[in-house]
Formats: sequence, structure tokens, C-alpha cells
Amino acid sequence: MGKFKSVFDIIGPVMIGPSSSHTAGAARIGRVARNLFDREPKWVQIHLFGSFARTHKGHGTDEAIVGGLLDFDTDNQEIIRSLEISKERGIQIQFIEEEKDAEHPNTAKIVMGDDDGQIEVTGISIGGGNIEIIGLNGYELHISGEHSAILVLHHDRFGVIANVTNLLSKNRINIGQMEVARKEKGKISLMTIEVDHNISNELMKEISQLENVVNVTRIVN
Amino acid sequence: MFKNVAELVEIANAKKCSISEMMIIQEMEMSGKTREEIFGQMERNLQVMEKAVERGLDGVHSKSGLTGGDAVLLKVYMEKGKSLSGNMILDAVSKAVATNEVNAAMGTICATPTAGSAGVVPGTLFAVKNTLNPTREQMVHFLFSAGAFGYIVANNASISGAAGGCQAEVGSASGMAAAAIVEMAGGTPEQCATAFAITLKNMLGLVCDPVAGLVEVPCVKRNAMGSANAMVAADMALAGIQSKIPCDEVIEAMHQIGQSMPSSLRETALGGLAQSKTALRLQKEIFGK
Repeated sequence: MGKFKSVFDIIGPVMIGPSSSHTAGAARIGRVARNLFDREPKWVQIHLFGSFARTHKGHGTDEAIVGGLLDFDTDNQEIIRSLEISKERGIQIQFIEEEKDAEHPNTAKIVMGDDDGQIEVTGISIGGGNIEIIGLNGYELHISGEHSAILVLHHDRFGVIANVTNLLSKNRINIGQMEVARKEKGKISLMTIEVDHNISNELMKEISQLENVVNVTRIVN
Repeated sequence: MFKNVAELVEIANAKKCSISEMMIIQEMEMSGKTREEIFGQMERNLQVMEKAVERGLDGVHSKSGLTGGDAVLLKVYMEKGKSLSGNMILDAVSKAVATNEVNAAMGTICATPTAGSAGVVPGTLFAVKNTLNPTREQMVHFLFSAGAFGYIVANNASISGAAGGCQAEVGSASGMAAAAIVEMAGGTPEQCATAFAITLKNMLGLVCDPVAGLVEVPCVKRNAMGSANAMVAADMALAGIQSKIPCDEVIEAMHQIGQSMPSSLRETALGGLAQSKTALRLQKEIFGK
């Protein structure tokens, strides 16, 4: 079946208006990006494509994405004040309206970071407040952000996937869905694994210490 | 698991259960949650809808000033008892408008299936409520039956104005409402599907052309007409009228039309009403460019 799995993707979410795709969906993209970065960023560049670029001001898309980056849910009234709040907290935010269109009309690419690192997350808002994350640091993936997940950047060698899934199995964590993407054979790959339970700090550390693993991020739900 | 309307109706008939019940069973299987949990979550959505209608009927205005206050005008007009299209339809219209006026004012709403089309399902539900006298449980069922049709459209076509135009948003919402009204009124699953088909057929081709890119003009009034459309289509289906084109094929036609719609008519504010002389003037007044 398709991308919409629950009746609450259709009747819901409860949200601050005015647009499910340009407000609620935008907030969710921001919130998943924040979840992946795992801390409040110091600076953020938000690239908007297609309908997002043309109509973001009228839909409160700016406030919504920044609200998501501040970890606000779609029904949090604080979204309306998110630009002020981020200013108070000293987060530098820049919006870039892209002229060229992306494949999906509602696409946002969020690049953010602090002194310790940066991350690039691309998300699309597919309707009714539902989203899909389609890019992480230039790698392709397909996650809704609604499930716990672990994202492992690793050298493209045999056995790495088995080592990671072995650790998950040892910790009795069930895999719902997984995907591997690479830019070039033999270089670096991204393994995306949606799981039924949140990944603990200890397990994150264990996985990051595995041979050929470059970096590990997660989505906590 | 149902993938299209034909399967939904077929399985509902075989199991002798309603469309809303089919949606509840599928949700339980998919999520692993109990019936009580799922019912409770939908009941909370119903409460959000009630509050939004209440707030809108008290009068609310958006920041841009483009929309607001129309739900109140309709309420006052209806109280005079001289309405031409009948109070039940106008009740649905005023409550749909109330919801969308709250949405435009960045208030709290429940997307059904989207925020821009959030008025139609609650508007019609709270209007037929006065005549059909449903229990609280039946009102929650209304949302599940609407959800079942929305779920099929979302997976087989689109519910996004940016992808498929307003036909995908208010069109889908109106069809969902019509089907849910039929179930609440005691119609069969086939009649629900017919009501959906009749409604969507009359929304085909509707473009998404928001003035100044705001979910206000013409969105609020399209929700008004979407709810009136749903009420009439529900009555037609209940009267025994059938749709020559099966429901799934109407959904596929909507999808194809959406695919061939130029980007200027899909929520970019680059075409349609959004580019009218007055719209451009309003846009300049609001954003100063």
C-alpha cells in the first residue's frame, strides 16, 4: 500500500492553521531534522523549493519549520512565535527561495549546525500534514519520521550491515523496514533502519564503534 | 486490507459491517493499538472540530484581513428563517466556513484531510447531527467512514493541492463527507461509494489558486460549496441514484487531471484567481510586494 498508512494521516493532525502541507508538514520536517541533529543548532539555512518557495510567507511556513527545529509539535501555539523565540536564543536563521524546482512541489532542504558539526536534511510535504525525509547529507532515504530509526553512515564493505543488524538482534530490537543507499560503489553508504523501539545511547555507541562505521544518527519517538 | 473503493465495499458487504467499522479494524491491525485507544484518539479530534466551529461562529478574523466573520453573517441570516436553500445546508455551510476562518486565523483545527479543506467534514457532521440525532459513538464513526475514503484517495491519487489542485483537497473532503453522511443516515456501503463518486465528479478540475498564497480566498468559500455539494450528493445517493462511472475510476480521473494541471494552478499562486487584478493588489497590500 501507499504512503498513507493510518486513518489519522487523513483525519488529523490537530494543528495550528493555515495549511497542512505548508504549516503542519513544514513543522514536521523541521522537527525530524532537529531529531536527527539531536540538539539545538546555532545556525540554520532553509532552502525552499516549488510551492514552498512561492507561498511560504502566506502559509506561516517559516514559523512552522523553525518551530519544528525548536522541537514544537504541529499543535503547539508557540509555533506562531518561533521566529522571535529563535532570535532570543541566538539561533541564526536564513531563508533561501530557490528559483529552480525540485522533483516534489513542496520541498525543503535544511542545513544546520553548530561548533561540533553540521547536517543536511531534505524533506517533502506530501499532503495532509504527512511528510517524507528523502535526503540526509546527500544520501537518499525514505522515512516518515514517525517511527524510531537508526541511520548509519558506513564504508561500503561486506559484513557491515550484518554487524549492525546482529547488534540490534542481540538487543532484541525488531526491524520494521530498512534501506541502503550509496553514491558510489565501494565508498560510503547510508543504512536506514526503522525499528520498533528507540535506540539507547549505549547501543548508539556500540554501533558507532563497529568496524567500517563512520557515523550514527537516530530518530527517537 | 482494502486498496480501493470496490474492495472496501465488497469486504464490508461480505463481513456485513459498515465502512467505518472496516476502517477501525484496519487501523487496529496496522497500528497494533486497541479499539479503545483508536476510538479515543478520534474522539479527541472530534473535540478539536467542535471547538473550532464554536470559535468560528463567535466570529474570528485572519491577520491579513482577507477572511473572517462570514460564519456569523450566515448564522444571523439563518435565524431570520427566510433562507432559500434550507437551513440544514446553510448550517453545514456556516460551520464549514467557521472552521476554515479559524484555520486562516492560525487557530487550532483538525486537518480533514488537509487544513485548507478542514471545514467540510465537521461542517456537514454538525449540521446533520440536528436531524439524525446520532450518539457520540456514531459521530466518531462518521469520522472513520470519512477517513476510509480519504485513505483510498490519498494512496491512489492525492490529497494535496500542490500535487493535484483543489479537487484533491476540497474535492476529496466533500466526497468523504458525502459518504459519511450516507452511512450515518443508514445507507449501504454502495450508496456511500456512490455519494463519494457523485461529489467528486462535480469537483473535478478545480484548481488551487490561493490569493496571495494564503489559505483564505477562495479556500473558505470552496469549503462552503464543498459542504453543500456533499449534502446534495448524499441525498441523491440515498434516493437510489447511481453513478455511471464507478467510484475508483472517478478517483483515477481526478488523479490524471491533477497530473496534467500546470504548476501555476497547483498552490503556487501563479495562476487563476491568484493572478486576477484584485488579487495582485491585495497581495501588494498584505506583503508590500
